Amino acid sequence: MGFMEWWDGFWATYNTVIFSIGVNAMLALSIYVTLSCGLLSLANAAFMGIGAYTASLLTMQFDMPFPIALAAGGVLPSLVALVIGIPTLRLSGVYLAMATLGFGEVVRVIVLNLEITGGPMGLNGVPPITEWWHIVLLLGVTIYALARLRRSKTGRAFEAIKEDEVAARLMGVNVAGYKLLAFVIGAAIAGVAGGLNAHFTFTIGPNNYGFENAVDILTMAVFGGTSNLIGPMIGSTILSLLPEVLRHFKDFRLAINGLILILVVLYLPKGIWDPRRIRAFLGRNAEKKVK
Amino acid sequence: MHGRANLLARRMVSHHLSQVPMLEQQLINALSLGSVYALFALGFTLVFGVLGVINLSHGAIFMLGSYAALLLVEQMALPLWVALLLAMVATGTLGLIIDVLVLKPLRKRNAPHLIPMIATIGVAIMITNISQGIFGAENKRFPQGTIPEDSVSLGNLHITAVQVAIIVIAFVLMVVLLGVMRKTQLGRALRAIAESPKAAYLLGINVEGLFLLTSFAAAALGGAAGVLVGVSFNAISPFMGQPMLHKGIAVIILGGMGDIRGAMIGGLFLGFAEVLTVAYISSDFRDAVAFGLLFLILLVKPSGMFGKVLERKA
Repeated sequence: MGFMEWWDGFWATYNTVIFSIGVNAMLALSIYVTLSCGLLSLANAAFMGIGAYTASLLTMQFDMPFPIALAAGGVLPSLVALVIGIPTLRLSGVYLAMATLGFGEVVRVIVLNLEITGGPMGLNGVPPITEWWHIVLLLGVTIYALARLRRSKTGRAFEAIKEDEVAARLMGVNVAGYKLLAFVIGAAIAGVAGGLNAHFTFTIGPNNYGFENAVDILTMAVFGGTSNLIGPMIGSTILSLLPEVLRHFKDFRLAINGLILILVVLYLPKGIWDPRRIRAFLGRNAEKKVK
Repeated sequence: MHGRANLLARRMVSHHLSQVPMLEQQLINALSLGSVYALFALGFTLVFGVLGVINLSHGAIFMLGSYAALLLVEQMALPLWVALLLAMVATGTLGLIIDVLVLKPLRKRNAPHLIPMIATIGVAIMITNISQGIFGAENKRFPQGTIPEDSVSLGNLHITAVQVAIIVIAFVLMVVLLGVMRKTQLGRALRAIAESPKAAYLLGINVEGLFLLTSFAAAALGGAAGVLVGVSFNAISPFMGQPMLHKGIAVIILGGMGDIRGAMIGGLFLGFAEVLTVAYISSDFRDAVAFGLLFLILLVKPSGMFGKVLERKA
């Protein structure tokens, strides 16, 4: 009995944090997809916003069932990604980062000025219908799909483009097509995550999906490491829990967040989850034992 | 937090519009707003051009410039122009420290461009949060009587002394920087580094020293922009850096990244575009102007208005 009571209390206090971990993991994976194809896109916060608004409007104003609303929240951002991706993805490196950042601001200003999105007030009273298993299920599907993708022809094409775009093109890889595909997949995942998120935070506003959030998503992925699927998930989990852990630092909580980010970038160039480093570390210990 | 920052950005534009809404007046206001944008973007573009780093802590440095001037005027009763110079030295030193502690180790490791950019995000978060902890989140103002309130009237035109000072200071700093880059041995060395740090090193240029100098100068320019904005709008807050950073990003893309002349013209262009949009179209689109322009230019001519060919990999 004691445990159940403890659990109820724990769940009531921390369920939003736990939900956020799941949603943030999806967001980190969404940017992992584009990074795995060598694209530094910062548009995922905007795609998340488009998904969140789409899903919320469908459940609030059109009484759509949640699954359909969520699906629409994934489809609309992908369509937008398809349209803006064709001209934008010609850009490389920091230019793409800046262009996608610009796209994010344009989306924010549009949402801010539209009537249906509630303007600066955003949407209030989004029904809180996200259950824990929705998140687990969709996160699981995302992980499974991405793991399959990684080992497929498409995944290998992504990797080839990331390593050397010119060489990939010479090998006959359809570089523009695969880049667009990565961009669209990332947008879909971010959109679904946005839909899930909106249905447990109760309110959403245009400023929830701006520059800071774009940067947060990138940070989670880079912090964890982007050489495989586990890194972004570890990164998002740690960074979602950090504010809770650092609660005692009160006013300077964010400063410590920033410091951790700098230290990881300086001392763990491949993120926290770097299989090679971990293997080397374990290997060294194993050798010691043998001796 | 974002809302507050936007409020400031809005004030920055609306402040200039509170007077006579005629075209000549708008142009003067646009010129002073644009000069500040240009000055801010100058440091930003300098770091990208020479170090190849998008320094996202430039907005936070700008913000600290404002506070430095405020403290010097408030606590030590220094005249404003002395405070401006000292604030530039202070922010420049901060830029130097950031370079030594964060950017230099990454340079040594030869990290891809994305990595230092993320590190500077961490720096910006730290500076902003610590400033908020120390100075508080509310807007601070210069003590009364420390900012000259004189103004010149030419017919219907109304120019404040602060506006004149902003335009003059910004232009002097820009011309000096451009002169140094174009005409001096130092400028040639910097341009050589921008072309290829490795080749510059082989030619006997002190690359590491010039990297440090660039970081110092860029941060000092950012701090100067901060002081001018702080004086001009008389509202200083820890969150004033973020909207400025957004504008800075737009400006250096408009002008072509790493292009000093482009940053100047791009800054002025953005100032004019914003003021005229608010005056003649709608104030709803004020925030969209910068990024709408950015988005457009990237689609049409990614190298910026004056940029050359760029196939720099990041």
